[in-house]
Amino acid sequence: MEKRVTFRGWLLPLALIAPQVIISAVFFFYPAGQAIWQSLFIPDPFGLSAQFVGLGNFEYLLSDPFYRASFLTTAIFSILVTLCSMIPALFLAVIADRLIKGSGLYRTLLIWPYAVAPAVAGVLWLFMFNTRVGVISWYLGQLGYDWNHVLNGTEAMGLVVVASAWGRISYNFLFFFAALQAVPRSVIEAAAIDGAHFWRRFFTIVLPLITPTAFFLLVVNIVYAFFETFGVIHTITSGGPQQSTTILVYKVFADGFVGQDLGSSAAQSVILLFVVGLLTVVQFKFIEKRVHY
Amino acid sequence: MASEKHGMVEKRGAGLWLTHLLMILGVLVIFFPIWLAFVASTVTQPEIVSPPMPIWPGDQFWENYSAALFSGVNVPVLTMLGNSLVMAIGIAVGKIIISLLSAFAIVYFKFPGRTTFFWLIFLTLMLPVEVRIVPTFEVVAGFGMLNSYSGLIFPLIASATATFLFRQFFMTIPDELAEAARVDGARPMRFFIDIVVPMSRTNIAALFVILFIYGWNQYLWPLLITTDPEMNTIVMGIKQMFPSGDDVAEWPVIMATSILAMVPPVIVVVSMQKLFVRGLVDSEK
Repeated sequence: MEKRVTFRGWLLPLALIAPQVIISAVFFFYPAGQAIWQSLFIPDPFGLSAQFVGLGNFEYLLSDPFYRASFLTTAIFSILVTLCSMIPALFLAVIADRLIKGSGLYRTLLIWPYAVAPAVAGVLWLFMFNTRVGVISWYLGQLGYDWNHVLNGTEAMGLVVVASAWGRISYNFLFFFAALQAVPRSVIEAAAIDGAHFWRRFFTIVLPLITPTAFFLLVVNIVYAFFETFGVIHTITSGGPQQSTTILVYKVFADGFVGQDLGSSAAQSVILLFVVGLLTVVQFKFIEKRVHY
Repeated sequence: MASEKHGMVEKRGAGLWLTHLLMILGVLVIFFPIWLAFVASTVTQPEIVSPPMPIWPGDQFWENYSAALFSGVNVPVLTMLGNSLVMAIGIAVGKIIISLLSAFAIVYFKFPGRTTFFWLIFLTLMLPVEVRIVPTFEVVAGFGMLNSYSGLIFPLIASATATFLFRQFFMTIPDELAEAARVDGARPMRFFIDIVVPMSRTNIAALFVILFIYGWNQYLWPLLITTDPEMNTIVMGIKQMFPSGDDVAEWPVIMATSILAMVPPVIVVVSMQKLFVRGLVDSEK
């Protein structure tokens, strides 16, 4: 799409676009280039010189059992976060959609957790499941279940998944609710006249019509789980126990800042760049479909 | 639309009550963590460390909140709130300004390198700060911007999303307006300030809500570059309030801080709900 009417001159538009281009160059492209450059070297322990190793860092990473484990952890984590945030959200949206009055009030109440930062959500859930003072872990103890996410990797994973999914329920609810409200009432009523009961109507009419929204949310939630959950992991588990909750983004941080292994951290950044690129392409494909729909 | 909805598919009678009941149950479950945090921020430390903690608020509200706000653990929470406010507003306003300007340039001018610049901006979508933390940290350290507001704000300020949103909107502004401005001999910046910006005000407001929350809720970046507690933001500062080792955490003060950390974004979201939902749906398109 192009404007028919444009203004003359080239100095003014260059000056207008300059702030964004300069900031992008300094804080986006230069660091990304640096990451690619550093990923080809191994610095000596004193940081005085670096040895060129080509793709050595990548070879090492891909054969490193910890890195492979981190890939698997990230996959499990993002699938679980996506499911745990989309299914309750769809359920709530379907209920809210059936109400004539009051759905606005429920929406206002349900929006809240979206505004809560992932790191703060982490603190809230940590508080409930804290091994010493947590309310839920205490009641679990009364029931004979000894909750300890500090030692048990599966419990730690469960806790970071729930804490990450919690705020996303609001987000997904808003999109599902908007999609459900856009389903033409006449179609549903026609099916109802034909004797289709609620669940049949839901699976044969409503669900296919909101599939574009569901696919869109699927991709957006995976991106969220990959890149925006650092705060949750850092506040609740710091990647532990035994790296059972070390997702890829956390590992870049742990190796680069805590472990000071710059070559490996840079190589991990480059791999993540590819992952983001891939997800962005997928996202745009789906969004195109959504626009047609 | 409401009248159209009084069809046969909505619940009535007992079914309606069941639907409301389910909804209330859902809201309660979602709200529970916030409620518990609020209760914890109004009771005493001994009440928390001997579980189970109470489920209704206590009478220590003022004590805990003033302890958090005016003394905190490492630094008064009031200081962290101020830092967060500067960062969130700086990011929101900065992003909106540079995006308005660059979108205006891309839509209303034909100049050498326009397509290249457009794609360069597009590519920044693929470079979240989480991915390039070490080199970005080195750049910011090289400029001497550690522990500064500019270090908190500038690396997060370039936004392809906002630029695209404004570009899309500018495309819908009738050409006649630009034509008329040109015939009248108005300079481009006059047109921008008198016509384009006022027409974009709803989009600007919607975007402000989204970006304010984005900025307020940042965690990793402030964690890396604010080593001085005086520059901590509240969202990253909460974790710093936990003691290392076996000491028992000051739960009432920490939970009061958690509540304080969510109040500003919640107020923004709830009070500007319509704009927020609109901004959310638009910015994801």
